[in-house]
Amino acid sequence: MNENRKSIFTRGLIKENAVFVMLLGLCPVLGTTTSAINGLGMGIATLFVLVLSNLVVSMAKSFIPDKVRIPAYIVIIASFVTIIQLLMQAYTPALYESLGIFIPLIVVNCLILGRAEAFASKNSLLDSLLDGLGMGLGFTFALTLLGAIREILGSLSLFGFSFMEGDGMLVFVLAPGGFLGLGYIIAVMNRLTKKKLK
Amino acid sequence: MDYVLIIISAIFVNNIVLAKFLGVCPFMGVSTRLSTAVGMTGAVTFVMVIATVFTYLIQNYVLVPYGIEFMQTITFILVIAFLVQLVEIVLKKVSPPLYQALGIYLPLITTNCAVLGVAILAVGNRDFGLMESVVFAAANAIGFGLALATFAGLREHMELADIPSGMKGIPIAFVTAGLLALAFMGFSGIA
Repeated sequence: MNENRKSIFTRGLIKENAVFVMLLGLCPVLGTTTSAINGLGMGIATLFVLVLSNLVVSMAKSFIPDKVRIPAYIVIIASFVTIIQLLMQAYTPALYESLGIFIPLIVVNCLILGRAEAFASKNSLLDSLLDGLGMGLGFTFALTLLGAIREILGSLSLFGFSFMEGDGMLVFVLAPGGFLGLGYIIAVMNRLTKKKLK
Repeated sequence: MDYVLIIISAIFVNNIVLAKFLGVCPFMGVSTRLSTAVGMTGAVTFVMVIATVFTYLIQNYVLVPYGIEFMQTITFILVIAFLVQLVEIVLKKVSPPLYQALGIYLPLITTNCAVLGVAILAVGNRDFGLMESVVFAAANAIGFGLALATFAGLREHMELADIPSGMKGIPIAFVTAGLLALAFMGFSGIA
């Protein structure tokens, strides 16, 4: 049982990583990772919503009628998104500004609805909590990694600290860089996992 | 506000997929064949325009007068989910051939962030009246269709290319999308 719990938590980190392996929630992944700090902020906001909505869905699973479960999940998720939206507006206004429209759009992140439907609606409270944490941390890791790569290449700095003089490759901070960066990360991941299988 | 400016800006300069990163999931998911791309675009256009009209009216006649703008996210997503269901039912009764063509794409649209994104962007822009919002939504839907169709065309040819095994499938699709986005950046002086 313990072993099982551990795997529920760890599989979301790398093996079933939401972004690199399952390709869920791509819009915020590409849209917010212009710098490492933005990626981290978006990842934590999503983690917050994912864990809490997983918990509530798991608690409410016995009295949500099967036919209206998707709208019910959406309302639960939207409530937590509104909470994080107001919190970020109050405490991290700069981050709130730079993430912009992608904060309300956490509602339609298919990762969150997907975990509610596929996992939290069928499993116990503790398992759903672990699943939410694992998946959310994996998502945060992916966003921070892509954000860091784009920031290093694009503006020659990391988490806002410049480490080299001169101009970076601006294209990595702009829209095409998001697609290119993510494409190459997935290619490397594919390559590594294939080697492991052999 | 000049309508032509809104249209050109939404289709080319600030393309919803390639510059604003909204609707990337369907962009990657249904772009393997040109015919599915066209079907998806039809469904998105339909829902996006209707959803923008409804959310615009709700924002300006319900949320703002009562001072409950913080309910925007919850209200909008429910309106969109409701509309998608409604469109599906109405289309089934009124126009079975159209339903046949768009049917399978409709349920996917609730979680298409392009629809919610355009609704939020349209009400967030203070220069937009109802007419401007509708034009904005339609232009964005066309922009989505243009990106999707172009990308689907590229991917159909890409299948025959001989590339390293690690790059096959999704990675090369992302790199292609990146190059397409780079091409669209060329429009960025126009408007």
